[in-house]
Amino acid sequence: MKLTVRLFAAARERAGAGSVDVELADGSTVDALLKAVCVVKPALASLTSQLRVAVNQEFVSASDVVPSGAEVALIPPVAGG
Amino acid sequence: MPGLFRVQSTPLSLDEVVHAVSDPGQGGLVTFTGVVRNHSRGKTVTRLDYEAYGEMAQKQLARIAQEATRTWPGTRVAVAHRVGSLVPGDLAVVIAVSAPHRKEAFRACELVIDRLKEDVPIWKKEYAEDGEVWVGLGP
Repeated sequence: MKLTVRLFAAARERAGAGSVDVELADGSTVDALLKAVCVVKPALASLTSQLRVAVNQEFVSASDVVPSGAEVALIPPVAGG
Repeated sequence: MPGLFRVQSTPLSLDEVVHAVSDPGQGGLVTFTGVVRNHSRGKTVTRLDYEAYGEMAQKQLARIAQEATRTWPGTRVAVAHRVGSLVPGDLAVVIAVSAPHRKEAFRACELVIDRLKEDVPIWKKEYAEDGEVWVGLGP
């Protein structure tokens, strides 16, 4: 499956783009998705330990499976308020 | 649930969030206003650029309000957060919480701002005299 991953804040700046397209096998986990993103955008590799992932606008864990057609976003440490 | 959860690029109004939770049955109404500060870590701050994942941020705010309402039944919550380029003195966030009694309103308001800082996808880049930094980002 092909997915577009949205990037924000520090992730957007390091990647130099607001989103990145990745190709993943069906049934892939969030962890595999992060690795695939770093292959396309190596500049994100040093950030991954600080990133959370949102699928369909909810935080998910590394072992969760990414559903096909999902809205995926990388969430650097938040700093609202 | 009744309430207002919004990320916006236009200036904030405390009156608006107060109005959203006001009700004759709510005897306590507590507000929090977050203001851009002119100093941070001993440096003079000139500007903060806020960015949000707006759709998710609004959902997360509503989820946090649901947490507050589960803990303190009868609580009503409204939150508006600003994005864009802000300068010291600008309002970054306004929160109003009402409840039948004051204690619940105080506690729920604190929960909402604490949880907002943990789990709502909003970021700020701080511009100080010695450079710029994404707040909260590690080395």
